[in-house]
Amino acid sequence: MAKKLYKGNEAVAEAAIQAGCRYFFGYPITPQNEIPEYMARRMPKVGGTFLQAESEVAAINMVYGAGGSGARVMTSSSSPGVSLKQEGISYIAGAEVPCVIVNMVRGGPGLGSIQPAQSDYFQATKGGGHGDYHLVVYAPGGIQEAVDLTMKAFDTADLYRMPVMILGDGMIGQMMEPAEIPEDYQPIVTDKSWATTGGGRRVINSLYIQPDELERVNLRLQKKYALIKEKETMYDEYLTEDAELIFAAYGTTARICQSAINMLRADGVKAGLIRPITLWPFPDAPFAAAAARDGVKKFLTVEMSCGQMIEDVKLSVGGRKEVAFYGRTGGMIPMPRDVYHYALSVMR
Amino acid sequence: MAVVFKKTSMLTDVPLHYCPGCTHGIIHRLVAESIEELGAADKAIGVAPVGCAVFAYNYFNCDMQEAAHGRAPAVATGIKRVNRDCVVFTYQGDGDLASIGTAEIVHAAARGENITVIFVNNGIYGMTGGQMAPTTLPGQVTTTSPYGRDTSHCGYPIGISELLSTLKAPSFIERVSVHDVKNVVNAKRAIKEAFRRQIDGKGFSLVEVLSTCPTNWGMNPLDALKWLEANMIPYYPLGNYKDRDKEAASK
Ligand SMILES: Cc1ncc(C[n+]2csc(CCOP(=O)(O)OP(=O)(O)O)c2C)c(N)n1
Ligand code: SF4
Repeated sequence: MAKKLYKGNEAVAEAAIQAGCRYFFGYPITPQNEIPEYMARRMPKVGGTFLQAESEVAAINMVYGAGGSGARVMTSSSSPGVSLKQEGISYIAGAEVPCVIVNMVRGGPGLGSIQPAQSDYFQATKGGGHGDYHLVVYAPGGIQEAVDLTMKAFDTADLYRMPVMILGDGMIGQMMEPAEIPEDYQPIVTDKSWATTGGGRRVINSLYIQPDELERVNLRLQKKYALIKEKETMYDEYLTEDAELIFAAYGTTARICQSAINMLRADGVKAGLIRPITLWPFPDAPFAAAAARDGVKKFLTVEMSCGQMIEDVKLSVGGRKEVAFYGRTGGMIPMPRDVYHYALSVMR
Repeated sequence: MAVVFKKTSMLTDVPLHYCPGCTHGIIHRLVAESIEELGAADKAIGVAPVGCAVFAYNYFNCDMQEAAHGRAPAVATGIKRVNRDCVVFTYQGDGDLASIGTAEIVHAAARGENITVIFVNNGIYGMTGGQMAPTTLPGQVTTTSPYGRDTSHCGYPIGISELLSTLKAPSFIERVSVHDVKNVVNAKRAIKEAFRRQIDGKGFSLVEVLSTCPTNWGMNPLDALKWLEANMIPYYPLGNYKDRDKEAASK
């Protein structure tokens, strides 16, 4: 199939449909409105269901019900709406219901701005809602990757029976790029005999009133998370072999860093990039390996936030090298030239 | 020996955890019998609330999901949209449905979501130890209205059946009570009718059941039944609040 020009939000929506998603529950919020709007047009044509919920709270609980009934189901929102979904996400994680949640992040806190940001990293990767749980969090760096990761997200969700998040930002959602959405995608088939489809005695539930029982459930979840860390961690490296300065950035910011790296290299500064693709599980191995190399002098984390992923970078680097930070926040986007100048000052 | 009475197969053999004399148990039985008698046992999916009925998933002998506090109608919506041929119901208390879950219940009703809601109104938060509910009567003493519900301070009880009956979509809304045998029989009729509407594809149905909480009302079970009759029924008149079949027939 040939490449077509897609807006990020629409590409994510179509990728979900091609991955077998037939239920979508959402609520309008900028900058992700093209997802529910696309689903409203497309779902009836593929025999699926689009329903505009009365709130993000309701939407995520509809997802719980549909996912608990075994369907491939998705919801999408942006930061303030994703905050509202946290209760439901915690229940979904606890009840081990597969589903996909898209967050096209905008500036916060509060109502914030409608411009792109990466300030929901903590919320996405450190739990977000209450309790001992994780989501797999994919951070696409472009539209094609958004397509590929969205399709993969449904498989990951089914495979591990858990919620999976696509953490984009307003830029990924709004920009247009050529991408190919495979139409012959074969979803993995998992046993869903646990799903409530009538005629059984199955229970979708996250309540374990006996603490020893809940502890056992939590320890089992931790085992699952350890397996995911081993099997599902994804990252990309750019010009890191001889690099003295290693950038850490994901999503939109990683693209900006690549431009800055090219400018630095033209000036003879050996810079490279480690780009986490899964934010949880965080790819600590490449950072630890780079930190152990003599040639590596420093790390520089670049984010559209006041510094959130940098905590995971520092943990991975383990104090062996300095980790500097450059960030813009509130919906401001760092320019390659600014990153370049900041990198020069760090290396001076 | 001839069997004259048999427990419905829609209830499991797990002993109910409800306090002695609490009418939650009666309501469970009416729901379970109705589903069984309508031949829907094999396609029933229930949603348990947060409240004293949180363990309903242990008692109803069918597929069940446990919802977050107040979210049962949204969860049921997700279930029903996937399982269109199933009979999907929620079982919710008044804190769950009429306080934290008002948005979910109003919109499920407004959409005409083809589910059945069993709304247990006991005028109090049972599970958390007897705090004021949105349905607590004016002047009623609870642990968070220790001087009696002061309407100038926290307003008036919400009549859910009245409120929802102003919506166009619901097929059937009725308020019943279980304080004596006659009313239990009537409640059963209403609950069965509510499920029948769903099976016939008529859309949203809700039965509000006035119920007792002897423990948190601080009464013995018999006094609680009398208190319900004397105090709750005047404020929450029993009867049908919406019947689209009748509306259609009278046109
Ligand atoms: C989000 C959230 N808030 C509060 C609670 C605590 N809580 C548990 S049950 C309950 C009240 C239930 O009362 P009601 O719905 O009237 O049911 P009853 O127990 O009387 O049957 C509350 C407030 C909770 N579990 N979750
Ligand atoms: S606390 Fe009240 S509502 Fe709950 S089981 Fe006991 S009597 Fe029933």
